[in-house]
Amino acid sequence: MPPPPPVPLVAYLTLSAILFVLGVAGFLIRKNLITMFMSIELMLNAVNLSFVSFSYHLKQTDGHLFTFFVMVVAAAEAAVGLAIILTVFKNRATLMVDEVDSLKL
Amino acid sequence: MHSLHSSQSLWLIPVLPLLGFLINGLLGKRLGKGAVSLVAVGTVAASFAWVLKCISALMPLEHSHIETYGTWIASGALNIPVELAIDRLTAVMLLVVTGIGSLIHIYATGYMSHEEGYERFFAYLNLFMFFMLTLVLANNYLLLFVGWEGVGLCSYLLIGFYYLKLSATNAGNKAFIVNRIGDFGFSLAMFLIFVHFGSLSFPAVFEKAKALSPESGFGWLTAICLLLLVGATGKSAQVPLYVWLPDAMEGPTPVSALIHAATMVTAGVYMVARSAALFVNAPIAMEVVAYVGLITAVLAATIGITQFDIKKVFAYSTVSQLGYMFLALGCGAFSAGIFHVVTHAFFKALLFLGAGSVIHALEGEQDIRHMGGLRSKIPVTFLTLACAWVAIAGVPPFSGFHSKDEILLAAHHHHPWMYWVGVITAGMTAFYVSRCMFMTFFGEYRGHHHPHESPWVMTGPLAVLAVLSLAGGYTHIPQFLEPVFPLKGGEHDSTLVAISVAAGLAGIALAWFLYVLSPETPKSIASALGGLYRAVYNKYYVDEVYYGTIVHPLVDGSKSILWKGLDAGIVDGAVNGAGTLARMIGGITRRFQTGNIRSYAAWVVLGSLLVLAAMTAMGGSSL
Repeated sequence: MPPPPPVPLVAYLTLSAILFVLGVAGFLIRKNLITMFMSIELMLNAVNLSFVSFSYHLKQTDGHLFTFFVMVVAAAEAAVGLAIILTVFKNRATLMVDEVDSLKL
Repeated sequence: MHSLHSSQSLWLIPVLPLLGFLINGLLGKRLGKGAVSLVAVGTVAASFAWVLKCISALMPLEHSHIETYGTWIASGALNIPVELAIDRLTAVMLLVVTGIGSLIHIYATGYMSHEEGYERFFAYLNLFMFFMLTLVLANNYLLLFVGWEGVGLCSYLLIGFYYLKLSATNAGNKAFIVNRIGDFGFSLAMFLIFVHFGSLSFPAVFEKAKALSPESGFGWLTAICLLLLVGATGKSAQVPLYVWLPDAMEGPTPVSALIHAATMVTAGVYMVARSAALFVNAPIAMEVVAYVGLITAVLAATIGITQFDIKKVFAYSTVSQLGYMFLALGCGAFSAGIFHVVTHAFFKALLFLGAGSVIHALEGEQDIRHMGGLRSKIPVTFLTLACAWVAIAGVPPFSGFHSKDEILLAAHHHHPWMYWVGVITAGMTAFYVSRCMFMTFFGEYRGHHHPHESPWVMTGPLAVLAVLSLAGGYTHIPQFLEPVFPLKGGEHDSTLVAISVAAGLAGIALAWFLYVLSPETPKSIASALGGLYRAVYNKYYVDEVYYGTIVHPLVDGSKSILWKGLDAGIVDGAVNGAGTLARMIGGITRRFQTGNIRSYAAWVVLGSLLVLAAMTAMGGSSL
């Protein structure tokens, strides 16, 4: 049985783009802070997918390296972001982003 | 022209008082009055001793003895060394400054003993001595100018010594500002000297000046001399810049004696005499000097006749006598001018210190209408003041007679009519001093204090100065100065001498008649003269005219144009305008800051889409 033809690069990139747009849309449309946070994770991972695809395609390790960086940053962001969300909830008793808008003027 | 003598450490002469200034200025508060007096008097006396030592070592001092201590400024063609020089002219000035200075310092320890700021007073006084000695020892115009400005500063500080008194601080400001006008002229003169002689050093400038022939018209040499004269009129209180000196009497009396009678105000005379090599080749400038001196002498003498404040009378007398000195300089009799500087230093210092003793005795009273009959109450003060009186009135054979005589003879040689004006002024001089003396010491006591004689630290210097005032005429200053200023072969006309002496005696006699025999007559004369008397009594309204024509327009112009227009309008307007502009732009851009996270996100998305679109439009290949 011949090996299946390799999945072309464009397929990975298309998937990455779809995931990214989903993340953006989620971030823009949803009002719950947690959901928005998850949307951000989705965007980050869409980018990660692009990185590793290119890395594999170009036979270079730079993309892998960047992916690890992004994962580290995402972990840190999750720690800080969740702490912020917790504090917001404690103080405001809400997670609706429209009601958290005192940082203006 | 370096002399063969070895170094005499001339620098010690000014530096000793500077040391006193530093000690009293920095540590005076902790030292206590005794130590402060010791430092102040000791450093000046030491300076005097060093002057004596230097002069005796350098005699006969026929050439200038120069000592160089290094370079102050070296910039292109301009080379200013720190150089002190001593010749016979400087020697005379040094003796007067340190000698009279020592006496006045001693006197001041008594006079100021009850005053606040005792150590501050002596610190300033020592600083003044430092600058004055720098002024007379300097061997170039710039170093002289340093001393010149320094004594002006000390004069300002000491006039405003009672700084809680508004009139005193105003008088200090007035002295300083009026002197700025003179100093401006002096600076311009120095620039011109440097341009035309390529140096500011006295020997170099005078060497070149001697090679010039006298200017027939108005040339640059005349301009230099006239500008120097402007400087001298400021410092030496000549018309039109004399107005600060009468106000300077707000300072403590020893200051009036030392700075505003004996030494600093003669700096202008010294400077003109020092620049004699320039002046003799500028006949127009010489003529102006003579006229300025004569006008000042007459004007101030007439005002002196009408004043009632004992210090004001002597202040106008100082202005008038300085006018005499300038008359002498203008007539080419430089040595006579310096001679009068010396004798005037003796008797005017004595007059002021005596006046101080009277004021001290009467606990601050200065109005001679509230004095009288003090002859028996403060006899030492009276006797010493009487010595100054006969000296200034020109009674032979006392000091004022000799120097005034030299000046009047020179004036007669120059223009006979100047002699006659001088004689009339001499009569007025004798009159106003006698008036002051009679009103103070004769008749009935009109005050309500209990006069007491001053302590010996005050009467001692008075006695020394009294001896000098009486005998100072026999110092033969003109003969001593011959290496510097060649004597003019003017014959001694005894008729002219007799006339001037008669004028002086007539002045005394008239004062005796008016103020002792019939004391009511002066008032009726004053009311008979009416407007003229009021004009003179109010000093010819010169201050008012200056205020109206110069001070007020300047102040108003500064307020309306410079302050309200330029500063508040343009400068502040630009600054505030920048702020307002930033606020306006901020007012627009802050609308993006809604606080709504999703709108920020939307802007980010929009921005990235725009960037992407731009990059695509510019050709994606560059990605």
